[in-house]
Amino acid sequence: MNKEFTINSFISENSRPLSSLFYFVLIMTIFFTASPEVFFSTKFHQAVLTVYPIIIFLVIPLVFVVTMGEIDLSFASNFAFASWIFALLIKTFSVDPFLAFLLGILAGAFIGVLMGCLVVYGRISSLVASLGALFLIRGFLFVVSDSKSITIIEIRKHWIYDLLVGKFFGFPMQFIWAGIFVIIAYFLYHRHVFGAHIHHIGDNPESAAQMGINVDRTRIFCFMFCGIGAALAGMFSTLVNFTWWPTQGFGYLLLALASVFVGGTPTWGGVGTIFGAVFGSGVIAYMETGIVAMGWSGLWRQFFNGLIIILALLGHRFHGNRIR
Amino acid sequence: MEPIIELRNISKKFGGITALNSVSLEVNEGEVVGLIGDNGAGKSTLIKTLVGVHQPDLGEIFIRGRKAEHWNAKKAREAKIETVFQDRALTPQQSIVWNIFMGKELRYPLGFIRVKEQQEEANRIIREIGFTSKLIDAKSQVGNLSGGERQGVAIARAIYNDAELIILDEPTTALSLIETQKVFDFVNNIKAKGRSVLFIGHNIFHVFDISDRFVILDRGKIVHQLEKSDVDSPESLIKIMKETVEKGE
Repeated sequence: MNKEFTINSFISENSRPLSSLFYFVLIMTIFFTASPEVFFSTKFHQAVLTVYPIIIFLVIPLVFVVTMGEIDLSFASNFAFASWIFALLIKTFSVDPFLAFLLGILAGAFIGVLMGCLVVYGRISSLVASLGALFLIRGFLFVVSDSKSITIIEIRKHWIYDLLVGKFFGFPMQFIWAGIFVIIAYFLYHRHVFGAHIHHIGDNPESAAQMGINVDRTRIFCFMFCGIGAALAGMFSTLVNFTWWPTQGFGYLLLALASVFVGGTPTWGGVGTIFGAVFGSGVIAYMETGIVAMGWSGLWRQFFNGLIIILALLGHRFHGNRIR
Repeated sequence: MEPIIELRNISKKFGGITALNSVSLEVNEGEVVGLIGDNGAGKSTLIKTLVGVHQPDLGEIFIRGRKAEHWNAKKAREAKIETVFQDRALTPQQSIVWNIFMGKELRYPLGFIRVKEQQEEANRIIREIGFTSKLIDAKSQVGNLSGGERQGVAIARAIYNDAELIILDEPTTALSLIETQKVFDFVNNIKAKGRSVLFIGHNIFHVFDISDRFVILDRGKIVHQLEKSDVDSPESLIKIMKETVEKGE
């Protein structure tokens, strides 16, 4: 096997993540050339790097759900539900923050399992079911919190703060956690039975069932994973801001969804890419801050977000349509 | 000797339509049973119930003399019953490797896949089933293969899992003559190894050649069971089929 062949096969086997990387590099190049003084400042990157991990926690599980041929919108509310449990346990019940963190993950997973059951046993389309849950959970949070935020400034003194969102030689810790999360997700997606079954179900659920894959259980697990990601994102956000607030996470709804598709995971299920989603999230995270940093009015932000999504998706079309 | 699988009085309805009406059937060790019947006779429903994809409304299933509880597709495969479904049950966007090991991945503890081993096994299998194209390797997407090649993957999956009973649902439909002959060779091969085959088809000439015993299904009921010694030619089998069907009307 000669070298050229290996590079070619690497490119053809990884065309989706590579083209997402291309968009990421492209966006960064534009930003760097447009306003180098801003884009060479570490402060700017630190600002982006605190948001970026939160998007990653949301986007990676969404890649699993979309690959399985489903969608979950409820993550944007589950985000605030899990972190509400987290903040409430610390503030009102003086629970140890580490335990509260674990219970927060459990709360997110629980909502995820409910979503999965609704889709599997209620036989509702996941788009509609999760849209309902999105409003329902958010509404619940408004009522129980009386629309008031919870401040947990005291968390700063706890070791869990340093461990999760502290600085590691000036580098935000949440970035390291997001990195670990991506690596675990990569192995789950490509080298684990769970990932394999998700691909088969998204591709052809009847075939998967005929081959003895437990389609219902896999679906529920996948929604649970999405709930865990949302919980992590919510609690990291709460830790960074020392505050839980009732509308928390709502802004991530469309950004996270856009990241999945800009990242090169197609809408039809059966295929997807984890690393592509990481680059897709990067594009979206930098767009959010970069437009303003370039000296453009913030009013342009959504316009450019939309433009990049459409251009990226047109680009991804070169990877071909669905094979049947 | 106990039959590998035995169905007793299986009934299945879809809405108001009776797809299977008190069907009893058994497959013994080392025999090739040909299941024949017209389109809509309930052949595919019978197969899907037999291998646990559909749950019967009434009736019992026995595996080697033991009653099967909560029978499902996974248990069927664990009981060494493999099926080549009419629609082939492949996932076209996935690789040949992933399709061959679908639902029965080679695993490490904690459910991680033995990627390298699967890859090597799959490469060996596709050489065995005679894929000669240099463009095809174990990583190729199944969706890029021809009909015959896809059938090859589905059959390879069944053999790989060392089944004691292989069920072939219309395996020769839409295949070329050479590909059809390959399927026959394959059936004779597994028969020679003492394994059992349940062969479903509506081409009676195909079924006649390779079966030891014939089961005729008509409108959800088994109307006739014949040994090969009872019939001398496919034509007489067709005649018997016609007569029983007309009698039923």
